Amino acid sequence: MSLRVLSPGLLSTVQDGGRHGFAAIGVGAAGAMDPVSLRLANLLVGNAQDAAALEITLRGPRLQCKTDLLIALAGAEIDARCGGETVPLWRPVLLRAGSELNLGGMRRGARAYLAVAGGIHLPAVLGSRASDVNAGLGPLPRPLAAGDSLACAPAPRSLCGDLWKRLESASVDEGTDKQNVFSTNWSLDPRAWFDVDTAHPIRAIAGTHFERLDGDSQRALFGAEFRIGVDSNRVGYRLEDVAIALAAPIELVSEGVAPGTVQLPPGGVPIALTAEAPPTGGYPRIAQVIAIDLPRLAQRRPGDRVRFAETDIADAQMRYLEREHALARLAEHVHWRLRQSW
Amino acid sequence: MSDVGIEWLGDRALLLRLGSGIDAALNARTHAAAETVRAAALPGVTDIVPAYASVAVHYDPLAWNDAESALPPGERLAERLLALLRSSSAATANDSIAAEDSAVEIPVCYGGDEGPDLGEVALLARLDEAGVITRHAAGDYRVAMLGFAPGFPYLLGLDPALHTPRRASPRRRVPAGSVAIGGAQTGIYPRELPGGWQIIGRTPLTLFDTSRDPAALLTPGRRVRFRAIDADEFARLQAHG
Repeated sequence: MSLRVLSPGLLSTVQDGGRHGFAAIGVGAAGAMDPVSLRLANLLVGNAQDAAALEITLRGPRLQCKTDLLIALAGAEIDARCGGETVPLWRPVLLRAGSELNLGGMRRGARAYLAVAGGIHLPAVLGSRASDVNAGLGPLPRPLAAGDSLACAPAPRSLCGDLWKRLESASVDEGTDKQNVFSTNWSLDPRAWFDVDTAHPIRAIAGTHFERLDGDSQRALFGAEFRIGVDSNRVGYRLEDVAIALAAPIELVSEGVAPGTVQLPPGGVPIALTAEAPPTGGYPRIAQVIAIDLPRLAQRRPGDRVRFAETDIADAQMRYLEREHALARLAEHVHWRLRQSW
Repeated sequence: MSDVGIEWLGDRALLLRLGSGIDAALNARTHAAAETVRAAALPGVTDIVPAYASVAVHYDPLAWNDAESALPPGERLAERLLALLRSSSAATANDSIAAEDSAVEIPVCYGGDEGPDLGEVALLARLDEAGVITRHAAGDYRVAMLGFAPGFPYLLGLDPALHTPRRASPRRRVPAGSVAIGGAQTGIYPRELPGGWQIIGRTPLTLFDTSRDPAALLTPGRRVRFRAIDADEFARLQAHG
């Protein structure tokens, strides 16, 4: 079972739930920028939610299926075609061996996730298969390149039984059926999980050094509209176009940071740290994007506008718990659907 | 342990603050606090990150949720952490540090191609190159924290005479194993990286290797000594991996 990379797209990497437990020796988590879309894509093919999948940025790769594959695409609205047929998103899809999956541009959002039933089969490095390109870590410590072959574990036939049957009968019935794409007639409703509306603010908690900003900067941080810098990446998003300054310089030594920490380097352009942030940093921490809004930030593109709305830890954690409970309910339902016949 | 502050590092991590600035005794207390938290093996805690004067604790709020409690999960974990640190006295803190106090010895080939900034450091310190080497290799260091890159140790204990400002223009490529000085700190580049510290030498040892356990040669709180070696020994040690 494998996928061959014909062309890699703009920035396609292997990502999972991230590398945890090694931050004390300088190893950041990495993992998916939009972990919710990763989890839903995995869910749709019967994988563990944090299994390794492909994270595709802005423009997708061309991939050849070496075997029949059960896949799901979630996250950004990516143009996906296979042998002239459209590949629908947010649902399980069977692709026939030998077919070519052509992933193009994105109509909305910045990151799409391609999960393959069984997961991408690579040896875990420090407990994770995630590519940390910034730190040079992972079983594949770089973006995908043409010629790469990604092994996939065999997909269990117990999943999407009817799809497999339709695929196999079509294969036998050669010549009469040229279909490459077989999908379920149901899909997830992405609206609850995928939001790229730039009119919606990103919620954040005031950071440790928020009070050290001058008055104008404090008001601007939770009010003004920033523009996401073009050199933003998986390490951090540069928040440009708004003057943010400390009332007086602060001497700081390095200490822990986390994805979502908004740091203020001396240049005055805040940086919102994202998936590949190192575990420590030495700049003032002016805000913390809350966990449930990190996927929404990750779906914004360089050049997009972003505003921040202030909230507090009690609200942030209540929303986090609600999201996790909703995801758990959805997971149960999808597990049940995958085993039905249609 | 008293006077520990809590700061929110978002809704899935918090920071225990033990003080501010760079100080060996404060850093030792920080490592003791990190060890206390580690030993408690609290549910949902995924990462414990000691730095100079703080410990970041990453956790899953789901593990600290209690429908009966009015407090959010973070507040509940914070209360537990503060109680833990209060009950671990200063005396036990010192013991836990003393438990593993053997120094890791780092052989360093100083100067020449391996240490292109040795002359600059000597000039700024008003010493000759041999004087810089003697003072750097005589120091008794401790790993204050790791950061910047996987396995990069920030070492406390640099002779004040050797405190040197960073280079005006950072190098695009600093070779793996480079031993460098940045301000009051000294450190070792675990792999080829861009960097602005003054490079005074290079070790043939591998600082970070994911096939080892632990992957980092130098872990938080460890004692470190440097030993000057010549180019022949550097080549020999490097050949033996």
